[in-house]
Amino acid sequence: MKKMMRIILGLFILGFTMTVVAKDNIKIGALVAATGPASFLGDPELKTLELYVNKINASGGILGKKLELISYDTGANPKKATTFVKRLINQDEVVAIIGGSASGETMAILPFIRKAKIPLVSMAGSIKIVKPVKKFVFKTPATDRMACQKIFEFLKDQKKTNVALISGNGGFGKSMRGQCKDVASDYGIKIVADETYGPKDTDMTSQLTKIKSMSNVQAVVNPGFGQGPAIVTKNFKQLGMTQTLVQSHGVASKKFIELAGNAAEGVIVASPPVVVADLLENSNPIKKIALDYIKDYEGKYNAPVSTFGGYAYDALNLVVEGIKKANSTEPKKIRDAIESTTNYVGLNGLFTMTKKDHLGLDIDSGIKMLVIKNGTWALAE
Amino acid sequence: MENKGLFLDRGIVLTIIVLCVIPFLLQNSFHYEIAIMCMLNAVICIGLNMLVGYTGQISLGHGAFAGLGAYVAVILSTTYSFDPVLSILIASVVLAIIAYFISKPILKLEGHYLAMGTLAVGIIISIVLTNEDHLTGGPDGMGVSSFHILGYVFENDIQWYVLSAIFLVFSIWALQNVVNSPFGRILRCIRDSETAAKAIGADVPYYKTYVFVISVVIATVAGSLYSYYTGFISPEESGFMRSIELVVMIVFGGLGRIYGAVIGAIIITALPQFLTFLHDYEHMVFGAIIIFVMIFMPKGIVSIFDVLKYEKKKEIKKDNS
Amino acid sequence: MVELLQYSFGGLTVGFIYALVGLGFTVIYNSSKIINFSQGEFVMIGGMAAVFLSYADFPFILAFPMAIMLASLLGYVLFKLVSLSSNSSVTSLIILTLGYSIFVRGSSQVGFDKQMHTLPSFISDTPISIFGATITPQAILVIVVSLCIVFTLYYMFNKTKLGKAMLATADNKDAAKLVGISVKKILIMNFMISASIAAIGGIVLTPITSMNYEIGIMLGLKGFCAAIIGGIGNPFGAVFGGVLLGILESFVAGYISSEYKDAVAFIVLLLILFFFPGGLFGAKKSTRV
Repeated sequence: MKKMMRIILGLFILGFTMTVVAKDNIKIGALVAATGPASFLGDPELKTLELYVNKINASGGILGKKLELISYDTGANPKKATTFVKRLINQDEVVAIIGGSASGETMAILPFIRKAKIPLVSMAGSIKIVKPVKKFVFKTPATDRMACQKIFEFLKDQKKTNVALISGNGGFGKSMRGQCKDVASDYGIKIVADETYGPKDTDMTSQLTKIKSMSNVQAVVNPGFGQGPAIVTKNFKQLGMTQTLVQSHGVASKKFIELAGNAAEGVIVASPPVVVADLLENSNPIKKIALDYIKDYEGKYNAPVSTFGGYAYDALNLVVEGIKKANSTEPKKIRDAIESTTNYVGLNGLFTMTKKDHLGLDIDSGIKMLVIKNGTWALAE
Repeated sequence: MENKGLFLDRGIVLTIIVLCVIPFLLQNSFHYEIAIMCMLNAVICIGLNMLVGYTGQISLGHGAFAGLGAYVAVILSTTYSFDPVLSILIASVVLAIIAYFISKPILKLEGHYLAMGTLAVGIIISIVLTNEDHLTGGPDGMGVSSFHILGYVFENDIQWYVLSAIFLVFSIWALQNVVNSPFGRILRCIRDSETAAKAIGADVPYYKTYVFVISVVIATVAGSLYSYYTGFISPEESGFMRSIELVVMIVFGGLGRIYGAVIGAIIITALPQFLTFLHDYEHMVFGAIIIFVMIFMPKGIVSIFDVLKYEKKKEIKKDNS
Repeated sequence: MVELLQYSFGGLTVGFIYALVGLGFTVIYNSSKIINFSQGEFVMIGGMAAVFLSYADFPFILAFPMAIMLASLLGYVLFKLVSLSSNSSVTSLIILTLGYSIFVRGSSQVGFDKQMHTLPSFISDTPISIFGATITPQAILVIVVSLCIVFTLYYMFNKTKLGKAMLATADNKDAAKLVGISVKKILIMNFMISASIAAIGGIVLTPITSMNYEIGIMLGLKGFCAAIIGGIGNPFGAVFGGVLLGILESFVAGYISSEYKDAVAFIVLLLILFFFPGGLFGAKKSTRV
């Protein structure tokens, strides 16, 4: 009986050690929240990565070898992320890692990245990922702080300085709320209300009623992603509120317009450029690659593109370009090459990395202020 | 099946041998991580099994206590620079007190009501941990300081493996002694019929509280160690899904069986790693496996061995007649 | 005053959804003494199926009944699984239904998708203003539909032979068998009815909150709280519990703090468990020794 236990145990261990016969591939790891509370982010990210790895391989791969994408689903759970990052580093032996989808899981894996000396390009929003700067860690999305700055700059121009915040209290919403409160005074913005809601909540009329009852609110800003902002928007309209409603880059996708329905009319959204590719000026280098991306993604998956897929696209390209530039698959050389990225035209803006700045995003190219008109996007500035 | 005396019996000796052999099969840091996770989960499960399997008190909130205990220890040593071992000690005391006061009203409930009550307590704890972000780092979690015992720093896999293995063996040994003692017999009596236990004069609330507190303290220590090992803690550790995962482990392995908790913990911890190739189908398959085991092996995986033993006994009887 | 009314409207809307979920729990529990942890998933299936069928160009009049049938089929499957399980200990049945909920969620991930979806409001979008507070027609529909279901069930249980047979089965299975009631058929019907109720809830909810494969988890838990608060075993208690819960949540978010809104359901549950162990309307318990 106990012998049986040992045999089973042995089989288990054997299962671990079984690896596919090593092909001469370039292995890139990915940690994506394909399920769970952040699957709204992870799903398009994973789809984008798979789509483009296949595309690259179809045209011959890089440095004469095929790319192999090894991805694991973290469910945005930091504990799972730390387990899978170890699997990627020690078992799968990848040369670079793209991920996580969310800030919590990204922060959790940083010590392992540092120890392993493998470059990481994150798709998460928090500014803490790159400030203070860490040698092997990069990221592609605009930071939540940048989004706040762009939004407040816009509101200041509109002379709407009394702002009420209503934030989702998941990681993204909470972090952006903190950053907004931090930078508000730099733009002469006064935060007069600070409401929150849970990511799974189905009704925010209570919080909005409180805001409505205050007499001096000129604008309402809603950090968050997922279904929450759509419900906030619908409740906002239901209550007949007339202030300017500003949504964060967490909802920059046609999906938001679909979910919010008529209520989305007139809502301002801070958005990376990929979502409004067709509205960019022809002279903007982002326009062409964004239109190509939209064609590829929507053609294959029959779903509207989102900024999240854009983060993955940029992350993958930074790694791939890094490998090409370094002409090597050595992680350290790839890292050096990524750090020397200059004027990379990404779906999320123009990137120039430096030793001190591992995001390198030019904020004006990176975030556009949009307004929803007639059920579709229009530029607001 | 009777164990001779207080010390090593066959099961424990075998466990120690297996634990010594395994490191030769582990090839890299990832393998170690899985092994260590299995062992620490097994420890939490042994404690939980004492509560659920032996005393019959369903708890669907255990993950929250493990998480809360880990948070207390980790905050003390990271934010306030306490010594890690002292932090775990303090956390154990704090959680023991909290568990004591919670157990008084909660353990009066029975069956489904107890299940829901523990569930509710667990979710409330988890919400508090998520919201008090100035202490806990909020939904994104926080980094954890390094772990050292009297200056000896634990920073590589082998050290953690040995520590976890010692802890596991100790827990199995301790539980065996409890189970085979008069105390353990009263626990099982409470599980089978509380009224009968009261009728023979046992102070049922005392026993229930005792076991509840012990299982929470065990979970605190193991949970804290795990957070120190990974260097990170997040509210998911205290969430509803974590509590469910723990209960699935002990039921899957075999309720009320010492090695049931261990086997259940190992399988449920390691299984997802084998299912990753399924990608999107992983959850479907995982759910299906749980359903399958619950229908065909309701007494847990350990019951396979019972069947084998029974068959063997039948064989021996046949040979002898 | 306006605020109070507004908070109440918000609370009523979500409260009736909790009520439907709690009602579903109660129907299953009454007949089989099983706590169905996958109840929330039936809500999700109802909504997702309705959405995907309407994407496939089925008109609502066809899509909705089909979605309900799918959910009730899943209820039937659950019944089969439960009856296959030989050990009926409370713990292993709980784990079984939990496993089923994981399975259904996982299947929805694959069979439908992981995105969020919505349906257009069934009547209109224009909010209706009552004494300064607003409520959407869809929310009113939710309330009306829920009340209809409650009264239909009431009528069925109390005035029809079938309903009486169900009550008899819930009370004492063996006695019911003795008088010729097919207990198995009754149980199957109860599971399917419970799943259908949940699915209807999911369908009417979708235009308000949008639908995705994960909403079942929290809804299931809160519906469960509603059932226990009202007294598990009492269908009207479940409805009352759900509405009470929704309104309390709304008031807490409005008057106290929105951060701990989710905790309300569980705190109330604990208070009820400690002070009214049978729930607000539950029967006094007696145990066989």
